[in-house]
Amino acid sequence: MYFDLSIPSQLAGALLPDLILVIGAMLLLLLSVWRKESLGQARLVGLLSIVLCLITFASVVWLWRAHASASAGIIAVDNFRWATDCIVLAATIIAATLMIDYSEREQLVSAESYVLLLLAASGMMLLAASRDLIVVFLGIELMSIASYVLCGVDRRSSRGAEAALKYFLLGAFSTGFLLYGIALVYGATGSTDIATIGTAVTGETFNNPLLLAGIGLLIVGFCFKVAAVPFHMWTPDVYEGAATPITAFMAAAVKAAAFAAFLRVWIEAFPGATSAWIHPLQWLAVITMIGGNVVALQQKNMKRMLAYSSIAHAGYLLVTVVVANSLGASAFLFYLVAYTLATMGAFAVVIALDEPGERNQEIADYAGLWHVSPWLASAMAVFMLALLGFPIAGGMGFFAKWYVIDAALHAPHPQTVLAVILVIASVISAGYYLGVVLVMFMKPRASDAVAVRPVQTGTFLVIYLSAFILLLFGVLPNGFVTLARDSVPISMVNAPAGPPVTAAASQ
Amino acid sequence: MNTLVYTFHFYLFGLIAIASALAFVTRKSPVAAALWLVNTMFCLSALFVMLDAQFIGAVQVLVYAGAIMVVFLFVVMLLNLGQASDVTDIRGLGGRLTAGLVGLAMLAELFALSRLHFPRLVGAMSDHANIVNPVSAPLFQEYLLPFEVTSVVLLVAVVGAVVLAKRGDNVS
Repeated sequence: MYFDLSIPSQLAGALLPDLILVIGAMLLLLLSVWRKESLGQARLVGLLSIVLCLITFASVVWLWRAHASASAGIIAVDNFRWATDCIVLAATIIAATLMIDYSEREQLVSAESYVLLLLAASGMMLLAASRDLIVVFLGIELMSIASYVLCGVDRRSSRGAEAALKYFLLGAFSTGFLLYGIALVYGATGSTDIATIGTAVTGETFNNPLLLAGIGLLIVGFCFKVAAVPFHMWTPDVYEGAATPITAFMAAAVKAAAFAAFLRVWIEAFPGATSAWIHPLQWLAVITMIGGNVVALQQKNMKRMLAYSSIAHAGYLLVTVVVANSLGASAFLFYLVAYTLATMGAFAVVIALDEPGERNQEIADYAGLWHVSPWLASAMAVFMLALLGFPIAGGMGFFAKWYVIDAALHAPHPQTVLAVILVIASVISAGYYLGVVLVMFMKPRASDAVAVRPVQTGTFLVIYLSAFILLLFGVLPNGFVTLARDSVPISMVNAPAGPPVTAAASQ
Repeated sequence: MNTLVYTFHFYLFGLIAIASALAFVTRKSPVAAALWLVNTMFCLSALFVMLDAQFIGAVQVLVYAGAIMVVFLFVVMLLNLGQASDVTDIRGLGGRLTAGLVGLAMLAELFALSRLHFPRLVGAMSDHANIVNPVSAPLFQEYLLPFEVTSVVLLVAVVGAVVLAKRGDNVS
């Protein structure tokens, strides 16, 4: 299937999943304001939004399997886009499922929050597809504005309002950096098209101060969105203040989409200026890995701990951006699947265990969970070990880190130091991931601990399906690895260091 | 001569734009600040006109100086933020005199300009009948997708504003 992107109707065809999602979200918006708002109606909108995500998912898979391709243009039609779309949509489905249960328990009526989730997801899908810096900017704005509002969707919660305001102010500030960076890169190269920039940025031009300043500002803008140290200050407060399903959505999907755009821009637009950005990015990766993990060690609150953990994982993912070739891109996709499942699963356990008003979220509250609810404790242990990157019991998490290290070592400029620091950082992270496991399995249950409620259906499905998938593909990772390898864009495959990609390689 | 006139006007409008922007961020009264911002917008639109982008210059005045700033001023006044009576910006005889002199200078310049045939840069957009085309053609062809996506971004902003500003708690 071939799309000529200069013809509007064919452009629409190439954007079929995005169009389905946006139009569906608008119809759901109409539905959600049609009648007086009630819990039942919000639930209906939530269920329909899951159905809509599934339809979009199917259309993505259909285009993927039809080997859609397109002329060079404003959006990409390639496997990297489809793979990222699938991850984003899966994260959205999980977030909506958790939101339905969460709203029921917290008696929170907000049908619009599902619409905002869907529109944020459409922004993310646009980010995954963008091959033009203007589309990158609009995708980030679409995703971010919806996220700002989602943080404050519970109007009773003052912490939620604080999170929303903080995220909005800092997010708007960082958008300024991103936009200014785009403007300077445009000034230096005369184009916003990523491929054109890629050909314009060569050895001779890259010393242009305009371009260097532009690249620097783009790094700042992207690093804010992916929450890398030192641009992470907003993350713990926002993640703690927002409703837990929204936190899970931000930790997984927002980060994944921002990283996908980051990676595509870096691989396709700036390989000619590698020596200019490689050192700053290396340092950012190092301080993010070390800083995130060290601060996470001191956290007492589960959501804050997971927030710092997500910062540390941004550091691991930055390593794939530093590598910036097809190997890095496929390691990135594989890592993202494992990270999304483990993070959202962990937040689902938090939702299953906390009390209305988001109390009972201290790590100490998890003491002796094994004795009262062995299955929940085991699932949480799987998520923690997967985030740690533990073999077998951590499932896919181990292979995820393995492939990132592999990509770092086989890069055109081997990143041995980064690989070593990644391992050291993972060892540090054992301190808090295993700490949670220790508390759940070894400590006695406190006498005044609240009884564990029966887990709601949606949360139940999310927790155990994520744990199951993590474990299953931890034992049999070949399918996902092949998929991730085949998912790098055509222009990325042309990069030098990629191994020959064949279906037989994984058998 | 023509280059000199061009350079003179470039620096004139550029400096006024920067000075107004500085005044915009330093004024205590929100209304005064907003009016300084309008002044900046006017100068920017003059710079656009000098670049032979008359359409963008006009749109700049209509949209930014006109619509957006008026709405902004309405909000400021409705929320009663503008009552800073003790911090007027034009104080005393000196201030009034300067303001009057600047006004006279602008008027004189206007007369001078009306007698002068203003030089035009050689460029692709020299066809006066077709100044909208260079804006509209990329907007609806090359950048059709970003244009449409912008509408979705605005939709999200509107939905978000309503969700956050709705009265009362959203409990069942």
